[in-house]
Amino acid sequence: MSDVRPRIRLPRSAKAGDVVEVKTLISHNMETGLRRDGSGEVIPRQIINRFTCEYAGKTVIDMDLQPAISANPYVEFDVKVEGSGDFVFTWYDDNGEVYTETQSFEVG
Amino acid sequence: MKITTKLWATAALCGAVLTGTAHADPHPDAELIIEGELHLATRAAPPEHLGGVLPEIYSGWLFRTDETRTLQMDDFDNPGMLFAERGEDRWYTADGSAGQSCADCHGDPESLAGVRAVMPKVNENGELWSLQNYVNNCRTERMGADAWGWNSDGMKDMTALISLQSRGMPVAVQIDGEAAEFWERGREMYYTRFGQLELSCANCHEDNWGRMIRADHLSQGMSNGFPTYRLKNASIVSLHQRFRGCIRDTRGESFPEGAQEFRELELYVSSRGLGLPVEGVSVRQ
Repeated sequence: MSDVRPRIRLPRSAKAGDVVEVKTLISHNMETGLRRDGSGEVIPRQIINRFTCEYAGKTVIDMDLQPAISANPYVEFDVKVEGSGDFVFTWYDDNGEVYTETQSFEVG
Repeated sequence: MKITTKLWATAALCGAVLTGTAHADPHPDAELIIEGELHLATRAAPPEHLGGVLPEIYSGWLFRTDETRTLQMDDFDNPGMLFAERGEDRWYTADGSAGQSCADCHGDPESLAGVRAVMPKVNENGELWSLQNYVNNCRTERMGADAWGWNSDGMKDMTALISLQSRGMPVAVQIDGEAAEFWERGREMYYTRFGQLELSCANCHEDNWGRMIRADHLSQGMSNGFPTYRLKNASIVSLHQRFRGCIRDTRGESFPEGAQEFRELELYVSSRGLGLPVEGVSVRQ
């Protein structure tokens, strides 16, 4: 698992006021910092430590992730959508990198 | 007369209990439908060469828990798809001294539909090759790139991608003609006891499928789901890796992945599942 890649799944359509299921997954090693390599050196911790999602400018989820969370963290949650807007997903890596994915969503 | 009847009744009861255990255990009504669209058969009539040792052949999917089976029914939830996606990146990326990618010769990955279903296969030099051998042949002979290790990331990604192209196609390995001698040796190995525990493949997967071996539910050892995403490894596992694990569990000295013995065994095991569809990247415990 070398490269980091976010994946998002949203329903095809929704009506105003619907609760939609959002599935997210990011490919990531989630190295705990507790393992040692072949020569006995500690492999430094590198995990996704925070994940957020905004919909139409409003935060819908903001969570901290811990080292015990397995590789390729999968997060699923529900969002009540009142109108069309952009979903903005953000993952924060221990190494300082920030991965962002944006998807427009139509509410008909 | 009374005694005879009683004896017969006991014998019939024993028979019923034994077969009952074996047959009721794989989830009897479960249907494998991917994304609500693609229906994959998980049961099929046994191939003739088995001579009736299995009443019906079952995909290993049927032996897994509800949660594990559900993971495979949705490509988003199936962690193996991450590997196939990375495989697609590799497919279009040039590698090696010839500056070529897979796509330069083969076009889109879809052009390899059906390839996984007939693996392993005898090559033009009369050797039995697994999919991994064909991939590496392309890399070293056509691309001028280094061969990938059997369990390397590159090989996992590429075999996942190639297998996915055959999802739903029935396993159709050739077992006669030039493949016959390899198949015979594979069959011999299947029934040969290995290790300190003196177990053959058949002891578990033919004689005792459907029962528990400690905490594990024994399947019929079908290979149509490979390469598979194993939750235990949190990674793609090739069939040869699984073979290694099985022989290790017999407390035996195993062959390495890619060994001639394993390619022959792969052919024979695949032929036991003739008719079951390739599951692309399956999910197992």
